[in-house]
Amino acid sequence: MTDLILDVKGLRKTFQLSAKQQKIEKTKQKVKVAVDNLSFCAHRGEIFGLLGPNGAGKTTTLRMLATLIKPDAGDALVDGASIVREPEQVRSRIGFLTSELKLEDFFTPNYLYDFFSDLHQVPDEVRKARKQALFSRFGIDRFAEVKVADLSTGMKQKVSLVISIVHDPDIIIFDEPTNGLDVITARVVTDFLQELRSQGKSILVSTHIFSLAEKLCDRVGVIIDGAMALCGTLDEVCQGKSLEDRFFDLYVERMGEDA
Amino acid sequence: MKGGMLTIFRKELARFFGDKRTALATILLPGLLIFAVYTFMGSALSSQFSVDEDFVPAVQAVNLPGSVSALAGQAGLDIQPAQDVEAAKALIQEEALDLLAVFPPDFDGQVAGYDVTSGAPAPAVELYYNSASVNSSAAYEQMAALLEGYETSLSNKFDVNPGDGTTYDLATQADTAGTLMSSMMPMLLMIFLFSGCMAAAPESIAGEKERGTIATLLITPLRRRDLALGKICALSIIALLSGLSSTIGTLLSMPTLMQMEGGVGAAYTPVHYLALCLIILSTVLFIVACISLISAFAKTIKEAQTYVTPLMILAMVVGVTAMFGGGASPHLWAYFIPFYNSVQAMAGLFALELNWTHLLLTVGCNLAYTALGVWGLTRMFNSEKVMFQR
Repeated sequence: MTDLILDVKGLRKTFQLSAKQQKIEKTKQKVKVAVDNLSFCAHRGEIFGLLGPNGAGKTTTLRMLATLIKPDAGDALVDGASIVREPEQVRSRIGFLTSELKLEDFFTPNYLYDFFSDLHQVPDEVRKARKQALFSRFGIDRFAEVKVADLSTGMKQKVSLVISIVHDPDIIIFDEPTNGLDVITARVVTDFLQELRSQGKSILVSTHIFSLAEKLCDRVGVIIDGAMALCGTLDEVCQGKSLEDRFFDLYVERMGEDA
Repeated sequence: MKGGMLTIFRKELARFFGDKRTALATILLPGLLIFAVYTFMGSALSSQFSVDEDFVPAVQAVNLPGSVSALAGQAGLDIQPAQDVEAAKALIQEEALDLLAVFPPDFDGQVAGYDVTSGAPAPAVELYYNSASVNSSAAYEQMAALLEGYETSLSNKFDVNPGDGTTYDLATQADTAGTLMSSMMPMLLMIFLFSGCMAAAPESIAGEKERGTIATLLITPLRRRDLALGKICALSIIALLSGLSSTIGTLLSMPTLMQMEGGVGAAYTPVHYLALCLIILSTVLFIVACISLISAFAKTIKEAQTYVTPLMILAMVVGVTAMFGGGASPHLWAYFIPFYNSVQAMAGLFALELNWTHLLLTVGCNLAYTALGVWGLTRMFNSEKVMFQR
């Protein structure tokens, strides 16, 4: 558990604010700092949780790690590959799932699985065996030839999940893995994450649901307003309190009494 | 990584041809519609401006002289004496009568006694007709020709093109067809190719952005350049098929539309067709690259289509230049200008004046511009501002 799989060093990301947004946020600043000098690391074979309220910069951080967007400053090594200098290497090593990644409605899960396997250059025999295993694991086999447009929300999420790991990545990054899912589907997803951990995979999840983090994560990092407020094992962070109470303490500390 | 490009290429085609309705509407329908509309227009035009073959005009005359009566008899015209000039005019207005000819009294005597050098007004014949009626117009032309012929026969000093089986217009049928094709086809082809590209490209690029499916592609190890190339190649094939269908529809309906004898393609050799294919292929690649760039910039399909429309109008206007200016441009610089080079090269080709320098310059430039477009599209796929701004 000492092997670093994710090493984030001083990540920073800013966005330009339009005049309208400046008015809404009541600020004269043209730039909004979404992530500010964020550093943390995750070890091989653990589930690391990125915790924080909406707008704290969790999704922005994950999108930088998945190389969808580029950091203004800082870098991160994903299994040794730099997200700035070797984005293609990073992409082949991670599985990334977020609600903003959509599947084309027109195609069937079967077609999409093969398509993404090809993009990840998965050999044919491996693909077939993996597809069968994953499809039956999530009950997709009965819907393998149904167009994505006609699937239920939960089934769509399961298909997205399966497709994000067609290449059997060692690192899996999930943004809000249970958002919008019913309890049954959410349970299927969290069980699967634990199963992946037992297979030695490393998992990074972001969530604003503290109970989920308590149940799932080995270590957590609390992000408030784009900066890392506290990072460590669940016990280190909680210090005997519940995660939620501990978070409020940190939040008040950071934001002052007006929070 | 050639594999990535091929995977994208196959997916795009699977997406397009998997949707039978879109595929039919984009590929078969334009050709069928163009064929039906042009054929209908052609036959409607020809029937509007010609009279039935066994048409006998109803003609009345006042003071019909013996000489004209004899000539009319030979020509198969049946001329009745008019009872009342005003009544006859009214009948012509009602299209119940086709023509009224009013001769001066003793027309033959007046004509015989008229001296051209005297300067006095010549004896006049008045022909009343109704230009709104096809039959009346035909009767007027028949009668006027008959009288002109009679006048010529009275004092024939010389003839121009007397006929007797000689063909005076030395243009071959190939030349005539070539001139016609060279003025029309470049513009039509530009429109067809452009509409083909319009049908596929915005949906494939702006559509993927709009639906959020492009991000799913962007987190795979797929190279951005392979994504750009795969899309452009697949979209070009769709656009080519759509353009091909429209072109076949046009060529098949051309004889009816233009009332030409025989086919229009007879004069062209396989070399011409090969050259045309080269021009069209390079043009389509270039158009697809343009529309793809615009679509990548747009946030929605609708926005992409709005942005592309001015470009399409520009391409059409450039296509019209082939109708004027008398053939392909002889200047070398013309073949560096996108759109204009394709139109001019096609105009030269259709006029049977194949110039390999112009042709290769056109194809080369189009391919170079396409490469530039692929580079630009790759940059755009790499840009988070372009891909993810809302």
